[in-house]
Amino acid sequence: MSGMKEHPIQLGTTQKNKVHNGKSRDRAIRKPKMSKLSLKENIWGYIFIAPWIIGFLGLTLGPLVFSLITSFTDYNVTSQMHFTGFDNYKRMFTIDPLFWTSLYNTVYFVVFSVPLTTAGAVIVAMLLNQKMKGIKIFRTIYYLPAVLSGVAVYFLWMQLLSPSTGLVNTVLAWFGIDGPAWLFEPEWTKPALVMMKMWSVGGGMLLYLAVMQGVPKAMYEAAELDGAGSIRKFFHITLPMITPIIFFDMVTSTIGAFQIFQEAYVMTDSGEGGPSNSLLFYNLHMWNNAFEIFDMGYASAMAWVLFVIVMILTFLHFKLSKKWVYYESGDEK
Amino acid sequence: MSNSVIGSKKKWITKKTLIYLILIGGSLVILSPVWWMIATSLKTPQEIAQYPPSFWPDSFKFSNYLEAWQTAPFTRWTLNTLLISGLSTIGSVLANAFIAYGFAVIKFKGKNLLFGIVMATMLIPGFVTLVPQYIIFAKIGWVNTYLPLIVPSFLGSAFFIFLIRQFMRTIPKDMVEAAKMDGANHFQIWWRIILPQIKPALITVAIFSFNGSWNDLLGPLLYLNDENLYTLQIGLQTFKGTVSTQWNYLMAMSTTVLLPIILLFFYFQRYFIEGSNLTGGQKF
Repeated sequence: MSGMKEHPIQLGTTQKNKVHNGKSRDRAIRKPKMSKLSLKENIWGYIFIAPWIIGFLGLTLGPLVFSLITSFTDYNVTSQMHFTGFDNYKRMFTIDPLFWTSLYNTVYFVVFSVPLTTAGAVIVAMLLNQKMKGIKIFRTIYYLPAVLSGVAVYFLWMQLLSPSTGLVNTVLAWFGIDGPAWLFEPEWTKPALVMMKMWSVGGGMLLYLAVMQGVPKAMYEAAELDGAGSIRKFFHITLPMITPIIFFDMVTSTIGAFQIFQEAYVMTDSGEGGPSNSLLFYNLHMWNNAFEIFDMGYASAMAWVLFVIVMILTFLHFKLSKKWVYYESGDEK
Repeated sequence: MSNSVIGSKKKWITKKTLIYLILIGGSLVILSPVWWMIATSLKTPQEIAQYPPSFWPDSFKFSNYLEAWQTAPFTRWTLNTLLISGLSTIGSVLANAFIAYGFAVIKFKGKNLLFGIVMATMLIPGFVTLVPQYIIFAKIGWVNTYLPLIVPSFLGSAFFIFLIRQFMRTIPKDMVEAAKMDGANHFQIWWRIILPQIKPALITVAIFSFNGSWNDLLGPLLYLNDENLYTLQIGLQTFKGTVSTQWNYLMAMSTTVLLPIILLFFYFQRYFIEGSNLTGGQKF
């Protein structure tokens, strides 16, 4: 009995979106009943997303506005806040030499680490996208470093990079290369961190692998019939198919790389910046201003400059993406 | 005809061998640092200092682990870390699944706009809000407590909301509608019908949250001053100040701190990999 009752209702609901627009117009005519229902739905909706709204207002939007205001003051937690206009920004751009050092170090790191890790992840994914025995074991091994992070890993790398007895220079010596002092030589500190980042390309690799496995086999077979070799197949089929992920990866890893902090903090003995300040990254400088000398106003101004830089870069990424990212069904209608 | 088939088969075999060789070489590069850490943790200070360094420890000094563990309150720090990571993992799973249900199932005004904002927050560098967040938590007296490290997990995070929402959208709408007809409200539908069906996604979120919380240095560094409240990450960082260049001890404790994560990884491999696939399969 009840099954029969439900039947017509279920039919109505299984007919998807296409019919739906027309239906909701019908609903609008029968006003009182439906609006009561939709009011209830609205309330439920907001109940469910309430935690996010609280978090967004309290931990994101509020702090953003607050730090914008603070950036125009000399706020230092303990004494009264004074409005100082653009002083913090002026100091940043014209007086504080460490601001430019930290920006340079950060841009250096972004410029090398982002393309190298992206390319590395694509290459590793390509190698692992084979039907071969034991490939799953390799996938597991390559992914492992992506889950290892934190202080222990930074200590490990300090040990690996140790000038005379570290693993890296020991291996280099086998090939007759006299390795640098890495974390003790200003020119080699940042390459050392890029190298450390490269160790965990496995995280990005999985994204690419997932998409590569979704490429229809028929496309490759058709290309083979046309006599295409592996290289041509990669550049004409695989690469276009993964461009949306490359784009996503580049956007998020650029934002991530701009925020490099923990590595440098731990590997330079609590944020001192390393030899010749070569590891004084932007966020480390901001941190020192905020939590070492409690110049919250200046730190907030730095935070906003970072925010603007990252927003501009993300905007450019999106703008440029139209030129190279391939969307299967994304042609202009 | 047959000649060319044999030729291409030969070519395939050499290609396969080449790929194997490259993969094995890469695996060595990836695993050798991990081995180096374990080997160093078992050496004597004399052996660590000797040149050229040895790949296989002479003596396997397991006592390094016990000695290092007793040099600092590691037991305490481990329990603290378990408490924080455990609570924030629970918070993260519940909150993100709750919020994601709102965005995936319920129709309400402003939903698309708000979801757009959720996605946009992923593009905001976390450091931008760090200073004001600290000031807020300081003002309400939460500094030197675990609250700033746990409570935010109960308010959801954009990436996990997105991940769970994707998963929820694969559940047929009829099930929700049928439950509604039976008089269930959204809370009951969420708890009884949806959650049991998205277990893989929930486990994925749990693992990523736990991993993130376990490895977090920034939060504890910012909010915890009392050594008794320290987590393993910040504890390990101060431990280096105590033992300075005694790398056997440092590597022993580094191995110990990483061990739970490595075990978790091998046990839940599938979910680590599935979680990435979930997002990777999406087109941006």
